[in-house]
Amino acid sequence: MTEVQTIEQLGAAAQAQGHVLGGGTLLMRQVNYTPHQVPNILRITDPAFRQITRAGRQISIGAGVSMAQIIASSDLDFLAPAARAIGGPAIRSMATVGGNLFAPHPYGDFAVALLALGAQVQWADGRTEDIEAFLASRETSKGVVAAVLIEPPQMDALRFGKVTRTKPKGVSVMSIAVLITGVGRSVQQARVAFGAMGPAPMRSKAAEHALAGATLDATGVAAACAACVSDLAPVNDALASAWYRREVAPIHLRRLLLGEN
Amino acid sequence: MPKTPVTFTLNGAETGIFVDPGLNLLEALRREAGDLSPKFGCGQGTCGACTILINGEPHLSCLTLAVAAQDADISTTGGLAPGADLHPLQQAFADGFAAQCGFCTSGMLMAAKALLDRNPRPTRDEVVEAISGNLCRCTGYDPIVDAILDAAARVQGRVTA
Amino acid sequence: MSIEFRKDLFADERDDNLNEIGKPKQRQDIGGHVRGRTAYYDDHLFDGLLHMRCLRSPHHHARIRSVDSGAAERMPGVRRVVHPSDVPNNLNTLLSLIGFGKDDEQLLSDQVVRYMGEPILAIIADTEAQARAACAAVRVDWEVLPHVLDVEEAIAPAAPSVNPAYANNTFDYGPYDHVKLRFGDAQAAFAQADHIVEAEYEMSPIEQAPIETCGAIAAPETADRFVCHTGTQALFFSLGTAAKLLNIASSRLHFIGGTVGGGFGGKVDSITEPMAVLGAILTGKPVKFQWDREEEMQVGAPRGAERWRIKDGVMADGTIIARELTGFFDAGAYTRLSSYAGTKCTGHLPGPYSIPNVAANTFCVYTNRTPATAMRGFGITGVDFAIECHMDRVAEVAGIDPISLRIKNAYRDGDMKAHRRVAKNCALVESCQVAAGKAGWILGTEDMAASSMAGSTPERASIPQTALDEDGKINERRAGRTATTSPVKGTKQLPAGTHGRSHVAVPVQRPDMQIAPERVGHDDPAARGAAHAPAPVAPPVAAPLQPAAAALPAAAATPTPPRAQPAAASQPTPPASAATPPAAQAPQLQAKPYKPDEPFQRGVNRPGASRFLSGARRR
Repeated sequence: MTEVQTIEQLGAAAQAQGHVLGGGTLLMRQVNYTPHQVPNILRITDPAFRQITRAGRQISIGAGVSMAQIIASSDLDFLAPAARAIGGPAIRSMATVGGNLFAPHPYGDFAVALLALGAQVQWADGRTEDIEAFLASRETSKGVVAAVLIEPPQMDALRFGKVTRTKPKGVSVMSIAVLITGVGRSVQQARVAFGAMGPAPMRSKAAEHALAGATLDATGVAAACAACVSDLAPVNDALASAWYRREVAPIHLRRLLLGEN
Repeated sequence: MPKTPVTFTLNGAETGIFVDPGLNLLEALRREAGDLSPKFGCGQGTCGACTILINGEPHLSCLTLAVAAQDADISTTGGLAPGADLHPLQQAFADGFAAQCGFCTSGMLMAAKALLDRNPRPTRDEVVEAISGNLCRCTGYDPIVDAILDAAARVQGRVTA
Repeated sequence: MSIEFRKDLFADERDDNLNEIGKPKQRQDIGGHVRGRTAYYDDHLFDGLLHMRCLRSPHHHARIRSVDSGAAERMPGVRRVVHPSDVPNNLNTLLSLIGFGKDDEQLLSDQVVRYMGEPILAIIADTEAQARAACAAVRVDWEVLPHVLDVEEAIAPAAPSVNPAYANNTFDYGPYDHVKLRFGDAQAAFAQADHIVEAEYEMSPIEQAPIETCGAIAAPETADRFVCHTGTQALFFSLGTAAKLLNIASSRLHFIGGTVGGGFGGKVDSITEPMAVLGAILTGKPVKFQWDREEEMQVGAPRGAERWRIKDGVMADGTIIARELTGFFDAGAYTRLSSYAGTKCTGHLPGPYSIPNVAANTFCVYTNRTPATAMRGFGITGVDFAIECHMDRVAEVAGIDPISLRIKNAYRDGDMKAHRRVAKNCALVESCQVAAGKAGWILGTEDMAASSMAGSTPERASIPQTALDEDGKINERRAGRTATTSPVKGTKQLPAGTHGRSHVAVPVQRPDMQIAPERVGHDDPAARGAAHAPAPVAPPVAAPLQPAAAALPAAAATPTPPRAQPAAASQPTPPASAATPPAAQAPQLQAKPYKPDEPFQRGVNRPGASRFLSGARRR
């Protein structure tokens, strides 16, 4: 049955075999329901795993940092809305940044914000990987994620929204994160990321392209909103059909872009 | 299969148990430590009936690996009342009809305690957010939210009722 | 909480000088709840507790070619693999305890699975994790069969047959494959109507979703008994069901209920109790059988899906003169309580409205979906949703205010209902007036002056001449000989004023409770004698409602009076109790207090009675 291995140095984790325990909100569910699929749990006790450190403009968020830590960190106020969108308070004091990177559909809303930010994923063996490449290959990649590296955006440049059917909290119908660089209402460049609209968080490059040079008003964002659907690959689940998700994605993107929420 | 010893503080008392390595803390507390106040409702983090406090923060015991609770300071509803008298939250739940079948109550109380310990004068929205991970199927949320606000008022000496 | 009491309404029907009702009161069990000390079934600890898990069908409909549990049996911690052949009497239907319906469901299915999640085997192991792992190691060779998930597809002639006990995919409401309600002549009335309003409504299944999942713990006890702690909502139902499935005297089963962690109807199906007791019998150890959340949602029987077609004949002034209803209850793969939902619902038609011509066909249909069961007003809530949506639609077509339309058509005290009972204690008119006031909805003076206590007329209070038909006898529909599911034009006529079968002769289940309610648990010969005199008493609650059959000359259905109704034994059992003479026999005078005059019998062998409900005094 399930064995637990304690790893005191992150560097040593790269050689270990098993499932890494972050906050347990996903892995323990699997242990509870299908224990035979989790023969080995790797429990990392290295303090670096749970630390937020700043070097120059770059902020390193340990993979074991919880959503509650994100919310409490004065350096990461731009990520607090995304962290608050994850579960209730108990889940947030457990769920980790690293776990969210691997969270299957329809979970993983925090990773959507990291995708919009263009974070770098740092593996325990020292490699770094762009988050987009990481998400595209996460089902097959091997190794232990040690941290994510980000640069803080300009004030209010990152917008995050989560659509749920139950209030105040629920699982994603979709989540959207948009990083906008520009002056006033005119957009120079945008990164648009969607969650729960495909097997993993994904960018809509069509929407980004349409937003470049646009003005943030109803007319200015219309093309981007209409275009976003072409990049999305939603599935049917208990929360919403793929059809419904496609239909409402442009509306929710518009609301986020225009601050209509 | 060899069992693993785990020691922690449970409601102020030093506690030691032996568990299977993959066991969750909910089962460990209930079967091994004998504290039956946290409840099993889902085993997947959706209901909140197993909510406990670890080092003052709310956690779902069903999603916590028991062996990871080594040296933790654990509080449960079983230890909430100081003695014969009820904790203000318990009293407010009792007076305000905030428990019907009672199965979600332990988790609700712990989620509420985590809130009031950090924020003694919460707004209604903050209370709603604090129990947003706890499901209730029969009492209804309004009496529960009212009771938590009432408990906060009692602690503050702002009892109006 | 604010509850508003409208004591101005029906003030003379009620004593308002009550000590408890209407006043806030702390729950008596609240202390345990807030201290986390309330004992639910899972809060009973047993040393050496074993854990039972089921292997479930991944298919909607499939034949089991073979099961290989060899590897599972050799896995660590596995104590016992439980096969269908280990269940002594592996066929049951829940309502067999009250003599309603055919046995149609196995505890563990041995040949065919009929819904996704149906259990075919159970594994008992030292830990839950071991039981789960062992279940995953069982190899099953499935032959997938065609399935049907839609009620109307299921009753089409070519549809796959779901349940061999009801090969037509409809419950047998003998002699028909549906419940019939006929009152007046709806078809004739439609021809007189100014408007015809027709629409279809659908309700999806709803899971009760209690926070505590279904489960039970059973363990060997002293005196050759088994104790069972359970979260059931129906302790003696579960006891009787376990006794029947396991072919064990109920006197050997010590069932202990207690606080239920939410039920809402989802904890009456009595599945976890026989499973846990079977585990305890087979292993000689305490065994827990607890559903996890996924099981609760997937195989926990929900409120069933319903489809309704309603056709109203409406006059220009908003008077509804005819209503025709065609209803389909989706029972899922097995009956459970859906048969009862069909009759209960039909007794409720046409809703709380006085309509002189009503015809309804209500079907209880088998599909390859999760079996449906009780949930809060099941049989009523779904059709009420349909009826109230339809009332709004009628109001729109007739150009009448929707609340005014309801007040106009609402039952008044003294009106004759479609199932031939007199309406009394009506309150819809007042409810509409209060609701309109709360919503700031302006009603006319006539509507505001209306009262449930006034407005009945001799016409509204009478049973009209009724058109009858014999459409849809069992076996005809699937053979293609019955074309429609809707009520058809009746050719025979039942004279006006004809009541249905009299219920007067049906003896009450518990005469002493009826006659001398303060003497519960004591046998009062005088009361028993009195009770056996044919008195106009209410039919037993547990008896299936038969509103439709009651209206028909060809009424041939379940228990015919004056046969005794088996009781749901809810009476404390004296230490060495005995079976007393059944109700049908002449009562014998006995000295007080009650003493057994026969040795205890295990099981009751009397025609029509469940022989598995023993132990308690029966009548």
